[in-house]
Amino acid sequence: MAFLYVHLIGVYALSVNEPAQKKTPLYHEHVKRGAKMVPFAGWLMPVQYTSIVEEHQAVRKNVGMFDISHMGQLIVDGSDARSWLNTMLTNNIDKLEVGQGQYTFLLNERGGIIDDLIAYRIGEGKFLLVVNASCTDEDFAWLGRHRPNNVLLGDRSAHFGGVAIQGPRVSELFVNLPARNHIVDVELDGMPISMARTGYTGEDGVEVFFPKGDAVKFWNVVLEQGKDLGIKPCGLGSRDTLRLEMCYPLNGSDLSSKRNPIEAGLGFFVDLTKPNFIGRDVLLKTKENGPSQKLVPFKMTDKGPPPRPHYSVFANRKRIGEVTSGTVSPSLNWGVGMAYIIAPHAKVGAKIDIEVRGQKFPATIEKKPLYKKS
Amino acid sequence: MNVPDDLLYTESHEWIKREGDKIRIGITDHAQSELTDVVYVELPKMDRKANAKEAIAVVESVKAASDIYAPVKGTVVEINKALEADPGLINREPFGQGWIFVLKVDNADDLKNLKDDAAYKKQIG
Repeated sequence: MAFLYVHLIGVYALSVNEPAQKKTPLYHEHVKRGAKMVPFAGWLMPVQYTSIVEEHQAVRKNVGMFDISHMGQLIVDGSDARSWLNTMLTNNIDKLEVGQGQYTFLLNERGGIIDDLIAYRIGEGKFLLVVNASCTDEDFAWLGRHRPNNVLLGDRSAHFGGVAIQGPRVSELFVNLPARNHIVDVELDGMPISMARTGYTGEDGVEVFFPKGDAVKFWNVVLEQGKDLGIKPCGLGSRDTLRLEMCYPLNGSDLSSKRNPIEAGLGFFVDLTKPNFIGRDVLLKTKENGPSQKLVPFKMTDKGPPPRPHYSVFANRKRIGEVTSGTVSPSLNWGVGMAYIIAPHAKVGAKIDIEVRGQKFPATIEKKPLYKKS
Repeated sequence: MNVPDDLLYTESHEWIKREGDKIRIGITDHAQSELTDVVYVELPKMDRKANAKEAIAVVESVKAASDIYAPVKGTVVEINKALEADPGLINREPFGQGWIFVLKVDNADDLKNLKDDAAYKKQIG
């Protein structure tokens, strides 16, 4: 038997022997708790502690905590920061009041996705961009190349850590949670932290950022406080199944520099009424002509092999697309995924076939999300 | 980790139980614990012939698909249909009800190349 972590690691896969995998400030906590560590986007990260399914259920039913210290934290500051960022990002940053965040995209000149991120307005002219680990350097370089002189751009990633605490019982864990998509600076046990009501799981929850030196203490305080709520430390494995059930995209799998947000079905986070932002012309055209391919969620018809990234999609024996994310949904106990499919076939309810090791298995294109709380 | 001393092993984490001129094959406790959450098993076809180290079955967990190899040259004479309905048997009883297939061995001498429990224990540390 050969162990292949193909699904989770996707295009970021690096050999375990590759030197210089970075460690988050919580690395030793993960190892101490028996987590299985895997390389991900240049970091050694926990893929699971006990079981992906158990950790997934902890988040759906109680609370789970993820180390997200590998994610990049960029700071943009200056009187022109707001107007400049609005030319770099697709969503309308003018809609943010101080203390509010929004999901948005950083595009290249061809409208392709460099990264998807959350931009928080943490001061009058100050923003925190939380970006994908694999893209931090590229985002920083891209922003740096376009930065006007009166805007400061900083990368605080090396000095900060972060966790996501997610699940319906998060509101029992903290008092005075910020409003949805808002971020507040608070103190917990003497530690200065930023707490945002955001997440990547479809459950209520927070993402918390703190100076690196507080990471271990914060992690253990929360695990202790959450004991009675059934809190579990969770790995990237369940992070992936949770986000996929909600059809939240994963950059590098569902998004890439060759795909734009309209094709990805994420036009909601693009404000084409803004006069100018990088990639706007291409997106206008895509919107006008309709994308040639669309990212759609699907569900297998029968209980068969789970769909996986790169499997081919067929309709009437014609190849019409490719799976970008796929797994067995732990909530549904059923094979689900997302695929780019040529537009005429990308209709909710359409029957498709997924090819698994040379054999075709029927599936149906579904509406987002694939999992709804009952 | 459980490594029974009456079985043979492969480097690729299959266990082998001798039953006359046949061998029963599954994946080890170590392998199932690495995979966790087995959700699907693709069994080999009955009567198919397989060469040593040929991938003839697939065990899929939530996160990945892993090939299962024929340890030696032979013919598939039995498959564990119970795994179709309950793939989790591999996690719960890797050396028992979680067996995957039975091979009729072409040449019993080929079994000499397999590891004993001590060698496998050393491999998985």
